[in-house]
Amino acid sequence: MGKTSGGRAILPAQSLQTLIDVVHSQGYRLIGPTLEDNAIVYDDLENVENLPLGISDRQSPGNYRLEDDPSAGYFAHVVGPHSWKRFLFPAAQKLWSATRVDQGFSIQTPEDETKLAFIGVRACEIKALQMQDRVFSQGPFTDNGYGEKRQNCLIIAVNCSRAADTCFCSSMDAGPRVTEGFDLALTELQQGRHDFLIETGSANGEALLKELVTRKAEDQDFAEADAQLAATEASIQRRMPSNIPEVLERHLQDEHWQTIESRCLNCSNCTLVCPTCFCSTVEDTTDLTGQHAERWRYWDSCFNTDFSYIHGGSIRQSGAARYRQWITHKLSYWHKQFGTSGCTGCGRCITWCPVGIDITEEAATFCEIDKRS
Amino acid sequence: MKTSQDPMTPNLFQVQRIRRELADTFTLELTAESNNEFPFLPGQFNMIYLFGSGEVPISISGDPAQPNRLIHTIRAVGSVTEGLKSCKSGDMLGIRGPFGSAWPVEQATGQDIVIITGGIGLAPLRPAIYHLLANRQRYGKIVILYGARTPADILFRKELERWRSRFDISVEVTVDQAVSNWSGRVGVVPKLINRADFAPEETTALICGPEIMMRFSVKALQERGVKEDHIYVSMERNMKCAIGFCGHCQLGSQFVCKDGPVFPYSQISSAFRIREL
Repeated sequence: MGKTSGGRAILPAQSLQTLIDVVHSQGYRLIGPTLEDNAIVYDDLENVENLPLGISDRQSPGNYRLEDDPSAGYFAHVVGPHSWKRFLFPAAQKLWSATRVDQGFSIQTPEDETKLAFIGVRACEIKALQMQDRVFSQGPFTDNGYGEKRQNCLIIAVNCSRAADTCFCSSMDAGPRVTEGFDLALTELQQGRHDFLIETGSANGEALLKELVTRKAEDQDFAEADAQLAATEASIQRRMPSNIPEVLERHLQDEHWQTIESRCLNCSNCTLVCPTCFCSTVEDTTDLTGQHAERWRYWDSCFNTDFSYIHGGSIRQSGAARYRQWITHKLSYWHKQFGTSGCTGCGRCITWCPVGIDITEEAATFCEIDKRS
Repeated sequence: MKTSQDPMTPNLFQVQRIRRELADTFTLELTAESNNEFPFLPGQFNMIYLFGSGEVPISISGDPAQPNRLIHTIRAVGSVTEGLKSCKSGDMLGIRGPFGSAWPVEQATGQDIVIITGGIGLAPLRPAIYHLLANRQRYGKIVILYGARTPADILFRKELERWRSRFDISVEVTVDQAVSNWSGRVGVVPKLINRADFAPEETTALICGPEIMMRFSVKALQERGVKEDHIYVSMERNMKCAIGFCGHCQLGSQFVCKDGPVFPYSQISSAFRIREL
């Protein structure tokens, strides 16, 4: 999957079902945004009615509300509590099972050949997938489960028609325009009409587009799409200071960490909603007969005290140390480990923090501290 | 069933022998079910899986020149290591590895070598000691400084005595708490550094022990003029995967599992200065 590979067309919104049908007919499990428990989450899509047409969201620190908006299209919402990592790096995953035999035991690894297709993937989310690629498949070791699933994954991206109050992708060079890493990219156009501008980003995408009944995209279509993206970008209020990687490392022992600690509940919400957080733990179990054992991998969080446990006690006893670990890993150490920031500016950690701790605000505070020192 | 080698799937090893070292410490001798040799570098570690119980990161304590037997020396401190302690010969264990960085035994050629270690920290250094002694002529002076809590906690006592009886290596042992029949040294290991015979500017130091001991040892070495990038420490952190996926072992920007466990001190000196990093 590369940059826009040239194919461009207009698909009327009433034909969106045909796209869904084509993806299904190619044997993919299609996952996209859908409404559940007053939130927009990612789940299986059977047909176009599963998409949250006419629903918009309002987000602010510690706050997420959906509202009916007759003018809202299929993708008028912004990112919700889910991210795509839950399908490539599941929150609970059986790594293998083992069975006792005469002389010891034998190990079986599960197979999963499901081909995944994602629709409604935002620019910041493509960036997040690429960040997890660096962790799971571009180092000295490859996570087999992740690597295979990701390689076969079909990405139907969406350009954001609006930004949430919590978004800051533009300052992370992660959006709002989708530029690479997709098969198809959609822009929802609603000025006196309801169409999708489709751009292709791969040979797979080209082939998909050929299956659809579309019409040629005209200059005015591109103009409308560009203007919409420019307006989205202009509406982004929050930003991450570009010097934050160095600044945080210079102030690892500042007393402001204690100020954050006094607010932080150590609930781990931020790490669970984060599309790039990759920490996990494993659990080994047996059944009651003692003949069968399994190893499961679960999402873990650096906010848990046990996370840093070694014989004698946990390394990071204080909440301050645990918050410091999270934010310095994400914004500073990630650069040294993986050659990129670990943050995409999606704003989920701001929205889903029960006490509304804002990563951009804390970053700005450390920049102020840095200026004063 | 997938046959490709997944780094999270253990290989089967059989316990050949278990040897009791101390009240809570034992050594396992293992061979691969495949009968393959198990080459490793001194300082590397494995993840050892006990059926249904769990997996623990344990350094290899055997001789790298004898890769047909895999040797691990383990202190029983948790549920898995307690379980491993009751292993019998013939039992099967899962092994993933070897992982991590090694003691710089090649780069240190021609240098004086000071090995500073405490407690079970001698286990991950023993492969390096075997290598140094097998290639004795390649190195300058070799000094081993070892500390244990009490005389009853001295690990590999017979070997320490054997090494101490050689004329081409000096071995000093100290205990934190003496008993009436102990006539050796009493005190902490870093105190031995001052009196040890080595040429600081041409010395490579290898340290493994509790962090507090390593911190004071580094200080004592620096005071004698050993260069910061010639001091190597082996770090311990929580590990679940050993391959950089699980995030548990992070120490600043380093993953102890894949960037370590053996680090030049210059690479992680900040970790010694900042609490709870």
